[in-house]
Amino acid sequence: MAENATLKRSKEPFQLVVASYLIRIREERASTLAELGGAIRACSDSSIFYHTFQSLESHHYSAYSNDFAQWALVACNEAPLAERLAAVDLGEFVSIGDLREALAAAIEGHVRRYPENGSRAAFEPFYFCESDEVTVPTGRVARTLEGLAKAIRRMSLETLHYHFITSRLRIRLRTNDFSHWIEDNLGLADLARRLNEIDFRVNTLDEVRRKILLSMRPWLNQ
Amino acid sequence: MAESIVSVTPPVVAGPPQLGDYVPVVGAPEIDDVRLLARRLAGRKLKMVNSTAVGGGVAEMLSRLVPLFAELGLPTQWETIKGGEDFFAITKSFHNALHGAKYDGRPEWFERFLAVNEENRLRMQLDQDFVVIHDPQPAGLVARREALPNHWIWRCHIDLSSPDPQVWGFLQPLVARYDAAIFSSPAFARSLPIPQFLFYPTIDPLADKNRELDPAFVRETIAGFGIDPGRPVVTQISRFDRLKDPVGVIHAYRIVRKYADCQLVLAGGGATDDPEGETVLREVREAAGGDPDVHILNLPPWSHLEINALQRGSTIIVQKSLREGFGLTVSEGLWKKKPVVASAVGGIPSQVLHKLTGMLVHSVEGCAYQIRFLLSNPVLARRLGENGYEHVKKNFLITHNLKRYLLLFLALSRAQG
Repeated sequence: MAENATLKRSKEPFQLVVASYLIRIREERASTLAELGGAIRACSDSSIFYHTFQSLESHHYSAYSNDFAQWALVACNEAPLAERLAAVDLGEFVSIGDLREALAAAIEGHVRRYPENGSRAAFEPFYFCESDEVTVPTGRVARTLEGLAKAIRRMSLETLHYHFITSRLRIRLRTNDFSHWIEDNLGLADLARRLNEIDFRVNTLDEVRRKILLSMRPWLNQ
Repeated sequence: MAESIVSVTPPVVAGPPQLGDYVPVVGAPEIDDVRLLARRLAGRKLKMVNSTAVGGGVAEMLSRLVPLFAELGLPTQWETIKGGEDFFAITKSFHNALHGAKYDGRPEWFERFLAVNEENRLRMQLDQDFVVIHDPQPAGLVARREALPNHWIWRCHIDLSSPDPQVWGFLQPLVARYDAAIFSSPAFARSLPIPQFLFYPTIDPLADKNRELDPAFVRETIAGFGIDPGRPVVTQISRFDRLKDPVGVIHAYRIVRKYADCQLVLAGGGATDDPEGETVLREVREAAGGDPDVHILNLPPWSHLEINALQRGSTIIVQKSLREGFGLTVSEGLWKKKPVVASAVGGIPSQVLHKLTGMLVHSVEGCAYQIRFLLSNPVLARRLGENGYEHVKKNFLITHNLKRYLLLFLALSRAQG
């Protein structure tokens, strides 16, 4: 924190975009756990993304952090499986393929152990959707930490989601766009690490934003 | 039974809100995004067509969306399909059949439906860049669209999860000619050769029906209807339509009254495309049987402030629909931080997350039990209402829909290259 971060200018500017998501309804449906496992293996990457990363924010009232876990609990009354699916840690995945494998393996393992549960009809089907990501450049950039903080303050929650959560799939690193840029361009490795430690799995995006800005404050106050 | 046929003078209508007015509600970043997306579409023209200009959720939503599109630089024309009583009797029969009721119409009704749509098609200008047709009534306007280079979108507000095969079999080839379809829930989508998108219906937090009200006005309004503001009030706001099960609500209320004191309010109005309203109203009056604590309010379409006051003055909001497109009255209740007891049908489970933002029920008895439970547990009732408010703020406000439409228009434009 000894560096004068406020004055430091980046090598490359942080490109500001607006990110939004259009939700497409897919034809795939699952009425049993076995069907869900099969559909998870066959559905599009953007379906897996939608029901895990994209729906994260909608689960802050519910017990579990993704749509598959929530359905296993509410529609199939399978609490142990719901727990296993909810424990699949999105922060650990940088590829949808690996995430898909982890989810399908959890369901298939459960169905192998309790075959009769695998074919039991759920109370309601699981309907697959997918996200169409639309990004539009704003034409604005941030060149300093102060500029980035200002941009984060004015960012919609969907754009914050794009830079802080979806980013790990895009850059295929266990980090986010802000940390990546702060470390690479401003050389502030400690701040980058602190931002990346903010747990997006259990915080709402409003909370994530608040914690990012709070973490930046010591560097901005120099 | 206390009954009011209210005939209040329409309130003075302030100009429609501007986009900037939503900043205190949803935050500047959300509005900035909408403006940026709209700049990409500047100058494109829109057309919205539905079946009624007043009454019902679709007309209400359009009346708020259209001026906002115009402010964003997308001139929008909103028109309603014209048809006689026979046409709307046919479309009501289609509506019920698409919601799963048995179709009892005559074969020539399909021809009549197409003929009225054709008359409207010849009358309307339909060459705007994006034409959005709402619900089945005007779905036939798509005939001859191939001659136009524009984009056609069918916005279905109703629950198509188990439609009568004859009626859906008739509509499906029409819908397949659109470029995209929009549904209110994934469960409503059908097998179609066109992309299908999920748009939750939304409420306008600045509309008279939803804006903050002076508590004194709320008390005066409900007292004006003969309701005692000092006793619990259980309210269902909806059209007098069998699918909203107002008689079922009265049965639930009767069960509750064995254990707890409360008053029941059934408030609604008519829509010009619903010829069954009067019949159902008669059935509701009969079921109420003169109970002075059952208040049946047949309100004119401009009673938004009164409905707002009734919801805010209620202890519990009920929506005991048998079938439902989405049930925007649920979001309205949640926005007012009220505990909601609602049927697990249509789009309601998207709004009411059971035990988190309200209570889902499946029967008259279940509805009565949850009303009793919430009347006895006000702390939990308050928490459900607060969660419900946050849930609506994140998902079911008009600004979200504005953004979704812009995204869809952009996506269709890009797909065309």
